[in-house]
Amino acid sequence: MEILYILIPISLVLIAVIIYALFWAIRSDQYEDMEGPKHQILMDDDRISTDEDDDANQ
Amino acid sequence: MTDVCFHCGEYVPKGTTLTVTIDDQELALCCHGCQAVARTIVDYGLTDYYKFRSDLPKKNSKFIPEIPGKFNVYDDIRVQESFVESVDGEYREAHLILEGIVCPACIWLIESRLNKLAGVNLIQLNYTTNRARIRWDDSQIQLSKILGSIASLGFTAYPYDPGKRDELLEKERKSQLRRIGLSAVLGIQVMMISVALYAGNWRGMDIDLRIFMQWVNLVLTTPVVFYSALPFFKGAFRDIQYFHPGMDVPVSLGILIAYFGSIEATVSQQGHIYYDSVVMFVFLLLLTRYLEFTARKHASDQLNLFGRILPATATRINTSQDHEECVPVTELVVGDCVLVRPGETIPADAVITRGISSVNESIITGESMSITKQAGDEVIGGSTNVDSPINTEITRVGSDSTVSRIGRLLEEAQSEKPAMTQLANRIASWFVSVVLIIAAVAAWYWWQAGTGSWLPITVSILVVTCPCALSLATPTAITASSVALMRRGIAIIHHDAVENLARATHFIFDKTGTLTFGKLQIVDVVCTSDMNKKECISIAAAIEQHSEHPVALAITDIHEKSESLVASEIINSPGEGISAIVGEERYYLGTPGYINVNTGIVDYQTDKADVESGNISSALLADGQSVLCIFIFSDQIRPSAKKLINFINANGGHTMILSGDQSDIVSSTAKQLDIKEAFSELRPDNKLLILKELQNNAAITAAIGDGINDAPLLAAAHVSIAMGKGADITKISADMILINDELDMLQEGIQIARKTFDVIKQNIVWAIAYNFLALPAAASGLIAPWMAAIGMSLSSLIVVGNATRILKT
Repeated sequence: MEILYILIPISLVLIAVIIYALFWAIRSDQYEDMEGPKHQILMDDDRISTDEDDDANQ
Repeated sequence: MTDVCFHCGEYVPKGTTLTVTIDDQELALCCHGCQAVARTIVDYGLTDYYKFRSDLPKKNSKFIPEIPGKFNVYDDIRVQESFVESVDGEYREAHLILEGIVCPACIWLIESRLNKLAGVNLIQLNYTTNRARIRWDDSQIQLSKILGSIASLGFTAYPYDPGKRDELLEKERKSQLRRIGLSAVLGIQVMMISVALYAGNWRGMDIDLRIFMQWVNLVLTTPVVFYSALPFFKGAFRDIQYFHPGMDVPVSLGILIAYFGSIEATVSQQGHIYYDSVVMFVFLLLLTRYLEFTARKHASDQLNLFGRILPATATRINTSQDHEECVPVTELVVGDCVLVRPGETIPADAVITRGISSVNESIITGESMSITKQAGDEVIGGSTNVDSPINTEITRVGSDSTVSRIGRLLEEAQSEKPAMTQLANRIASWFVSVVLIIAAVAAWYWWQAGTGSWLPITVSILVVTCPCALSLATPTAITASSVALMRRGIAIIHHDAVENLARATHFIFDKTGTLTFGKLQIVDVVCTSDMNKKECISIAAAIEQHSEHPVALAITDIHEKSESLVASEIINSPGEGISAIVGEERYYLGTPGYINVNTGIVDYQTDKADVESGNISSALLADGQSVLCIFIFSDQIRPSAKKLINFINANGGHTMILSGDQSDIVSSTAKQLDIKEAFSELRPDNKLLILKELQNNAAITAAIGDGINDAPLLAAAHVSIAMGKGADITKISADMILINDELDMLQEGIQIARKTFDVIKQNIVWAIAYNFLALPAAASGLIAPWMAAIGMSLSSLIVVGNATRILKT
């Protein structure tokens, strides 16, 4: 079980990384909109857009 | 069989033949607004919208497709100052709020449309708050074009100035998230190691490894105590300062004693450690507080509406009355003279100096019918000038304005704690003092007994009793109910109201605007002369083309725009009628009295009952000689009303109408909806008397209404529910707002309220019973701290879990 003396400190380093990533995510507004991405995935546009679709002279 | 509009779902009026073609199918539409939007959607290849959408958009009767310069004011840099910033040279970024969003597909639609505009770099749309952040290259495209594209889909975008309060709330939310996140991540690790240690206790563990693990736990727990738990310590400190012990005190004491006790045990290798209890504690408590916070923030976001109400610019006239200039509204000061044209929004609180017109104050007061105003009358900033130009002098700006004051009241109402929680807090502080005393006594007793078990016993007492009991019981249930209600379009302003809604016995409805739409729709056009229907409508539409009066809107709604006539020399008599020259003849459109005064005609037939206190139910079109036709209007009953009334009647509630309208109309409405009691032709003070009478007879009253007419009634009822109607901010006088005017949602609201009330009772009963058993057990040393921690956690979970049942209704 001596391996634990190495493994646990490694996991501590990993935790530090995780916490850093979490704080980064919070800071960069990743948690701002929890609804949007759910719907956006389902509503992606599969069609190939033609030139007429784009704005010519509106 | 009446058709429904493919776009908005409302009934298609008789004789309307507007359509749109999608996938080779011709689909019926109800009005030009819907047709314009539907055609735009087809033209830009966005018909997937109809597949994706989960809800129907609001009908767009006010849509006027050809006003090319409408958004040009937003290109003015002075106007852009409050909500646009320049980024990297030519790029600009704007914050907008979108109105008219009813489901995620709407946002997808806007996003897809904006993506096709050349020059737009970045579109960030938030599906929860309906806010948008758009970045564009100003050399390629202007903001007005972007706003126009959004409008062409039937939505409106308003400038959004985040303001200080929002920034602070957002910072607070992020800070709470950080604390929870940290306690969760570290908590998981501590738990893992604790399991290992428990296993070690049971099966034997190498002593060095055990010491090592305990120290690791110490290291992991420390940030949780000194960062995540900080708000509890601050709260406890404040509580002690004011001698008002709240739940933060035992929570903090428990955490600190457990933590330092565990350190002592780790260092001296004697006694138990409680790191796992500490982190579990902190995590659970933080989580509940966060949920409560977001529920409130979400509710108040829905009501944060300032950008929508005031216009961007105003026409200022200088003192010698000879020169007009278009200035941003933010530049106006008290004393400025401002011209407000028909259709424009009044930019600030003012008094009319010249002119007479009808003003629609529904955005401020909820009153759906226009009010006639003349020189000397006050008008409110944010209301709409309906028919004639008026000169005004500004009386109040900025934070003194009516709109600002109402907004502040709203904020205050939102942040006050509901009485139920306050009561719970008071009981809690009494309870806390008792617990602290018992803990101190027990500590002293066991110290005396000398077994060294005073520490774990004291910790047990503090841990086993503190948070779950009252601190979580009520708030979690209230939070869950707020969320559940919010999902159904009911915003809660005063949380006490939920309990009253659950217990309400009498439901009192207002008629116009509540049970009905409050909007006039043409039911029939009766021709009384040679002219046919279509010609009459054309003439009437020409006369009413620039008016925003409800009658005008109803008429232009059914008019086929293909053959538009032009009217000139329009003369408007607000509240009476309007006349203009079309072709060669002068025509008159208005009340029978108006026609009489202007043409001398007396001999006409009107079928329908007369005026309903300001509500016009028919209008006559005449030329100089005779009445050409009669337009008959009605105010349609909301389909959702029937479901609600049925539910209330079936579940022991008593339904009533208290209305100021005429008796036959009121009784016919009551009959149609199966409302048990109806009172008509009531003045506001009469309504109040009836309400008081009911309350004296131990009735619990719920009043549902829509505006300031009903304000005294709403305030006096036990629970008041106001119709949402988009941007109204009157609703501070109400306890709840039906955001989408969906009465049938109120039925679910009542069910949720009842369930919430039950859950709260259950939670409190459980909390008291648990403490009654646990406290003595802990004090007599029967409960080890680890048992206490499990007990507390389980108890909290039971309470929280019970509350989430509310979400499942």
